Amino acid sequence: MENITLIINGETRSITAVSNVLELIQHLGIVESQIAVELNTKIIPRGDWEKTPVSNLDRVEIVQFVGGG
Amino acid sequence: MAHSTEDDKLVLGGRTFKSRLLVGTGKYSSFPLMKEAISKSETEIVTVAVRRVNLDRSSESLLDYVDPERFAILPNTAGCYTEEDAVRTAHLAREAGLSDWVKLEVIGDEKTLFPDTEALLAATKRLVKDGFLVLPYTNDDPVMARKLEDAGAAAVMPLGAPIGSGMGLQNPANIRIILESVSVPVIVDAGVGTASDASIAMELGCDAVLMNTGIAGAQDPVAMAEAMKLAVRAGRMAYKAGRIPRKLYATASSPVEGISR
Repeated sequence: MENITLIINGETRSITAVSNVLELIQHLGIVESQIAVELNTKIIPRGDWEKTPVSNLDRVEIVQFVGGG
Repeated sequence: MAHSTEDDKLVLGGRTFKSRLLVGTGKYSSFPLMKEAISKSETEIVTVAVRRVNLDRSSESLLDYVDPERFAILPNTAGCYTEEDAVRTAHLAREAGLSDWVKLEVIGDEKTLFPDTEALLAATKRLVKDGFLVLPYTNDDPVMARKLEDAGAAAVMPLGAPIGSGMGLQNPANIRIILESVSVPVIVDAGVGTASDASIAMELGCDAVLMNTGIAGAQDPVAMAEAMKLAVRAGRMAYKAGRIPRKLYATASSPVEGISR
């Protein structure tokens, strides 16, 4: 399968082509349930992950909760 | 006239809380230590930050140690320097989390971490419109506090002193004026260094105190968490009890008559 290049959390990564956001999250091995995903500066609600395609050179931000005041 | 602490509860965003202490989850040396301190503080509201997931190593999840069923999770927008960044972070937090509560920070200066109140007000207006329960971290300016209330903030959170400084309440007079200026809850956020600082805020009549470094940075965070719990409670009780007026000269406590000579 072809690779695609994505900018994930500011880092350029070449990964096996994934067809949608849900596949991307699974591919990256992210297990945390409380995360949010932004694709090209637009937040993708969890329910839309599977139907939202990911294409070459997309910018992806994946965030979670960490300790803070 | 018995003032029971049972019916003296904090109401925030339509929810009722027994504890008037809000605590942060940052700067602990380990999650288990944080969990113990939070437990000892008897807080019901904890703040968290929103950051990028680390893709290269699996790390433990904060929420494994802070049960969202038990605590109200209050995401912050710490590290945001523009209205746009803060609004975006709030939306990410809402998507990642379970609620639309946000501790809104728009920082204006790296060295002091003082808020950029102009951007804070603009962000508050937008987030209120977007359906958030906005708790803005602001400076100790009564005029800005009123503007934030007018913009729909669910509480105002003036700083006692710069974040993490442990300097205590630097301007109690302004905090008192803020208390008279707004009708939403006033929560002193930042600057608490030790228990008496928290008590002072509560004695002034503040509705709650929010702290992180004051507990997490103590040599024994768990013991400090308990001290803060008691200090907030003591300060609140003293406020409700009504302190005596300050006088310049003495008034004898013992009877002046009947002294045996």
